[in-house]
Amino acid sequence: MLRRTFLGAAAVLALTGAALAQEPLKIGLILPMTGPFASTGRQIEAAAKLYMQQNGDTVAGKKIQLIVKDDTGTADVTKRLAQELIVNDKIAVMAGFGLTPLALAPAPLATQAKVPAVVMAAATATITEASPYIVRTSFTLPQATVPMADWAAQNGIKKVATLVSDYGPGIDAEKAFTTAFTAKGGQVENLRVPLANPDFSPFLQKVADAKPDALFVFVPSGIGAQFMKQFVERGLDKSGIRLIGPGDVTDDDLLNNMGDVALGAITTQHYSAAHDSPENKAFVEAFKKANNGMRPNFMAVGGYDGMHLIYEGLKKTSGQGGQALIDAMKGMSWTSPRGPVSIDPQTRDIVQNIYVRKVERKDGELYNVEFATIPNVKDPVKAAKSN
Amino acid sequence: MLTILFDGMAYGMLLFVLACGLAVTLGLMNFVNLAHGAFAMAGGYVTAVLMNRYGVPFLLTLPLAFLVPALAGLVLERTLYKQLYTRSHLDQVLFSIGLVFMAVAAVDYTMGSQQQMIRIPTWLQGRVEILGIQVGLYRSFIIAVCGVLVVTLQFILTRTRFGSRLRAAVDDPRVARGLGINVSVIFAATFAVGSGLAGLGGALGAEILGLDPTFPLKFMIYFLIVVTVGGTTSITGPFLASLLLGIADVAGKYYVPSLGAFVIYTLMIVVLVLRPQGLFARAR
Repeated sequence: MLRRTFLGAAAVLALTGAALAQEPLKIGLILPMTGPFASTGRQIEAAAKLYMQQNGDTVAGKKIQLIVKDDTGTADVTKRLAQELIVNDKIAVMAGFGLTPLALAPAPLATQAKVPAVVMAAATATITEASPYIVRTSFTLPQATVPMADWAAQNGIKKVATLVSDYGPGIDAEKAFTTAFTAKGGQVENLRVPLANPDFSPFLQKVADAKPDALFVFVPSGIGAQFMKQFVERGLDKSGIRLIGPGDVTDDDLLNNMGDVALGAITTQHYSAAHDSPENKAFVEAFKKANNGMRPNFMAVGGYDGMHLIYEGLKKTSGQGGQALIDAMKGMSWTSPRGPVSIDPQTRDIVQNIYVRKVERKDGELYNVEFATIPNVKDPVKAAKSN
Repeated sequence: MLTILFDGMAYGMLLFVLACGLAVTLGLMNFVNLAHGAFAMAGGYVTAVLMNRYGVPFLLTLPLAFLVPALAGLVLERTLYKQLYTRSHLDQVLFSIGLVFMAVAAVDYTMGSQQQMIRIPTWLQGRVEILGIQVGLYRSFIIAVCGVLVVTLQFILTRTRFGSRLRAAVDDPRVARGLGINVSVIFAATFAVGSGLAGLGGALGAEILGLDPTFPLKFMIYFLIVVTVGGTTSITGPFLASLLLGIADVAGKYYVPSLGAFVIYTLMIVVLVLRPQGLFARAR
C-alpha cells in the first residue's frame, strides 16, 4: 500500500517535471492593433511572425510562444495588459510598444518584476531611462534628426523653418534639429502644429512667406501624407524650399499611395525598404510574400530586430529570462536588414547607421533611395548627458 | 493676407458642407444626430474605394458619395431613427454616439485603419495667381460647390412647397398631418438629404482633412461648433458661422501660431455668451 502511494507520487512528480520542461517561453507582444496607430501594430506583428517562421519556434531547447495583445493605442490598457502578462502568463520578456506613452506606462512594472521590455517602435529619447529593463530596437528621434541638421548645414541650407506636431516626439525632433543646426551657424524658425489639426494651410502659408531654404517637418506618419499633399498644393515644392525631415513623413507603408507629391523629399532615417543589401532584399521579399504584398517599413524592421535580440539573448542565457536576459542583450551586435546594429551596453539603446534618402521612382514604385550613410550613430541626447 | 482670407473661406466652406446636413437634421428636425460624421465618412470611403479600386474619375464619384450615404441614411431613418423622434435628447445622443462607435469599428474591420489616399485630377491641383492672391485650384472648387449648395438649399427651404411643408412638419407635426402633409415621408427625405450632404462633404474633404476610421470622432467637435455658433433654425446661420470659424481658425493659426488652435474655441465661447441661441438664429 505504502509502496504504491510512493510509486504514484513519484509518477506524479516525474510527470510535473516533464511538464515543467515543456512549459514554453512566453513573449508578450503588446501592440496597437486597432485604432489610429494600427499600422504600427500590423507591421510589427507581421515582422515578428516572419522572424519566428524563418528561425523556428524553439530556442535553447524551449518552445517559444508569442502572445499578441492589442492595447488600442491607449497607455492604461498597455499597463493593464503588461500586468496580466507578467502575473498570469509569466512571460519571460515583453515587447512591442507602439508609441512613447505606451512604452512609458509599463516601465515601472518591468523594473518591479525584472522582466525585460523590448521597445520596437516608440522613439522618444528618454524611454530607455524609465527602467533599467528597457532595451530598444527601433530608433530615437534625435538619432535620426541630428544627422539631418549636419547634412543640411553641409549642403548650402542656411535658413530653416521647422514644423512639428505639438507632442513628445515632435518637440524632441524640433529640439534636436534646432540645437544641432544652430550650432553649425544655421538659422531656425520653429512652428508647432496641434496634433489634431485638419488643415495645414495657415502654417504652410507662414512658411511660404518666410522663404526659408528648407522646411524641416516631423508629423506622425499617417498625417504625413496629408501634409505632403498640402505642401505641393501650396506650390512650395516649386518655390525652391526643400522638404527635409526624419523619415516618418515618407513612411514606406504609405509612400507609394502618396503619389508624385512625395518626389524629391529628403529625409534621414535608419531604414528604407530600398536599402541595398542582401539581408534586406531577402527580408523585403519574404515580408511581402507572407503579407499579401505589404511593404515593410521602419516599424517592421524594429519588430524583426527585436525578435532577433530576444532569440539571441535567450540562446546566450540558455532560456533564462529576467536579469540574465537583459544583461545578455547589452552589447549584442548583428547585421540587420537595415545594416550593422548593436545595443549600447550603457544606454540599452540601439546604435545604427543613419541614411540620407531621397524619394525617387524605382521600377514604377516610390522608394526612399539612400544616397549617403552616417555610420554607427548613438542617441545624441544620452551621449550629451554622459559627457 | 488675402491668401489667408481665401484659405479660411475654403476651409469654412468645407466645414459648411460637412456640417450643413447636421444643421438640417438637428436644426430643422430637432434630432440630435451625433452620427452625422459617420455619414460623412461613408461618403469619403465611397470616393476612395471607387477611385482607388475601380479607377472612377474623381468628379464622377461625387454624386455617388452623395447617393450612397443618402440611401444609407434613408434605410437607417426608416428602421432606427424613426423610433427616436419622440424620445428625449439624451436617448438620441446615446443612440447616435453608439452608431458612431459601430461605424468606426465596422470601417476599421473592413477597410483597415490606415489613411485612405485619393488623388484629385491634375487640373484641380496646384494654384494660380489672381491679382496678387495665391488661389489654390482645389480650394476654389470647394468654394464653388459650396456656393451652389447654399443657394440651392436656401431656395428649397424658403421658396418651394417641400420647404414649407418641411417647416410645417417640424413646427407642429400633428397639425401638419391634419392638413394632409405626409410628415414621415418628408422627414425621411430630409434625413436622407442631410446624410447625403454629409457624404459629399466627406468626399470633398478627404483630400484636405484626410480619411481614416476615426473621422466621425475627430470632426464631431467641428460639426457641433458650426451648428452651435450658427444656430439651428436656418441654413444661412451655419453657413455664415462656418465662414467665420474657417477664417478665424486659419487666420489665428497664421498670426498667433502659439494660440492658433484655441481661437476657434474662444470664438465659440464668446458667441455663446453673447447670443446663446446662436449667432444668426432667432430666439426661441
